[in-house]
Amino acid sequence: MMTEISLNILDVAENSTRAKAKVVQITVDIDEAKDLLTVIIKDDGCGMSEEQLASVQDPFFTTRSTRKVGLGVPFLKEAALQANGSFNIESELSVGTTVTTTFQIKNIDRMPLGDITSTIHQLVIYHPDTDFVYTYKFNDKSFVMDTREFREVLGDVPLDSREVSEYIKEFLTENKQATDDGKNI
Amino acid sequence: MKSLEELKAIRDKMQGQVGLRAESEASLRVVVGMATCGIASGARPVLTALADAVAEKQIKDCSVTQTGCIGLCQYEPIVEVIQPGKDKVTYIKMTPEKALEVVEKHLIGGQVITEYTIGNQLK
Repeated sequence: MMTEISLNILDVAENSTRAKAKVVQITVDIDEAKDLLTVIIKDDGCGMSEEQLASVQDPFFTTRSTRKVGLGVPFLKEAALQANGSFNIESELSVGTTVTTTFQIKNIDRMPLGDITSTIHQLVIYHPDTDFVYTYKFNDKSFVMDTREFREVLGDVPLDSREVSEYIKEFLTENKQATDDGKNI
Repeated sequence: MKSLEELKAIRDKMQGQVGLRAESEASLRVVVGMATCGIASGARPVLTALADAVAEKQIKDCSVTQTGCIGLCQYEPIVEVIQPGKDKVTYIKMTPEKALEVVEKHLIGGQVITEYTIGNQLK
């Protein structure tokens, strides 16, 4: 069991990178008026067959050989459903996979979003060959981090070099603050 | 809001610097298990603590990376320290605090903290 929604996002987005996605799009949309948190993880990786798609929500399915259970997707599904939310996964071979989850923000069983900035930062820094487009919406404000824009500016300076890593962490922290005024849900 | 101008300044400063990609050839490798089992047990703050400390202490030829499931889920978070010519050291049930100790004593001081290794904990 994860203790934060952002940890579930980290785990499921790791699947996208292992599926050889070139671009992983992560959207976190907080709408307090609708009492709705929406999380979308969309990749252009290898996708899954219908058979795999059916079994991925089963904890006793995994593509890994080191152990017999795969809990990443079931954990996220459980987290959403226990918070009066929804879970949907769509996938097509060689097109990609999209996971969409919703949570009722005020539901007592909704786990906190948690440290989403760390999640996105780690995904970017430890997958320097994958691009990430992260959209954070808080009511009527939003910001986008697109590593393709970073790369365009950086040229051959690597995304995972220390100075750039620091910049990306500050970029995420400051823009989140400007978007939600430091309000963590 | 943070602007791309600042990133341009970083690029201008770093372009032409030698050894930008030296990290991939680092002789000291620190690997953190970041599969579901690791993440659920608290590997994310451990990885952050290690990466920040290695950068801050400017430890030469040391890379911090992540890996998938190591196959010892019940002992997560797991941190492996790999050095050519030496046996791999596997630290188990790590926390950010223990990770900082590993940076000080093992990565900088060269002393394995036996207390946190899998061999010791299984006794």
